[in-house]
Amino acid sequence: MKSLEDLKKIREQAAKKMSIRDEKNGYRVVVGMATCGITAGARPVLNRIVELVAEKDLNNVTVTQVGCIGECALEPIVEVYDPQGNRSTYCLVDPKKAEKIVEQHVIGGKVVEEYLIEKFKK
Amino acid sequence: MNELSLYLLDIMQNSIKAKATLINLDIIKNIDEDKLTIKIVDNGCGMSEEVLSKVLSPFYTTRTTRKVGLGLPLFKELSELCEGSFKIESKVGVGTTLTATFRLNNIDLPPFGNWVDTFYILVINDEDVDIKYTHKVIKNNETKEFVFDTIEIKNILDGMSIKDFSLMQWAKDYIKNGLEEIDAI
Repeated sequence: MKSLEDLKKIREQAAKKMSIRDEKNGYRVVVGMATCGITAGARPVLNRIVELVAEKDLNNVTVTQVGCIGECALEPIVEVYDPQGNRSTYCLVDPKKAEKIVEQHVIGGKVVEEYLIEKFKK
Repeated sequence: MNELSLYLLDIMQNSIKAKATLINLDIIKNIDEDKLTIKIVDNGCGMSEEVLSKVLSPFYTTRTTRKVGLGLPLFKELSELCEGSFKIESKVGVGTTLTATFRLNNIDLPPFGNWVDTFYILVINDEDVDIKYTHKVIKNNETKEFVFDTIEIKNILDGMSIKDFSLMQWAKDYIKNGLEEIDAI
């Protein structure tokens, strides 16, 4: 059974690790979390991205939630901004695709061409 | 939407977008009265009477990216479908209060679904927003309660983000254990 006392201990351990961390000046991952996104399955996508960023200790990556991006039919939509501000918009993302986006693009720096919105938009 | 959690995620995102700094979420599962009550109170920007009169129309939204706003109408429809009620009150500069009830044993009431992950997503959406979440279960005139108060958590974390992996694991386990203990969902 987890308690607030446990949290104090975990916080102390995490604090030691964090003192050597970088600033958040790297990639920014944005997930559309409006009604359209949520209905299409954005929650498990966001959840997987947040888990991966935490698991892999990607200290300079920011994950944020936004409203409707305006392409409801192509939700769940994930946007990745690289450190230079270049945006890649991925659509119809599921947790598996989210893993690939994090591993290949956010960690590896290579855009996942096959999930880009340009491939789906008519 | 096939989970009650997803409705709550959608509705509470409105409070965050309305620049609330504090959201109170109360969920009461009253087995004795066969009733589920969900109350969300925020101190966001609030709505004028004019906006409030339109907000339950699916063809009204404050967004510019599209012309429909389905979150509140869907939630209202669900409560009515489940023999419950829906009420929304708001005042500009004060905030918004939404109360919805449902008959627990109504066949159309969706399961809570993955509430632990959903609530965690709400907590990390904007860590400047405080959420006080109280979940009560009333059975045989006895009340059991679980509380997750981000103000209390932040005091312990002392500036550290709950997005850290070990803290995330703690938060999810804490919520899961707490809800299991009171037999909430």
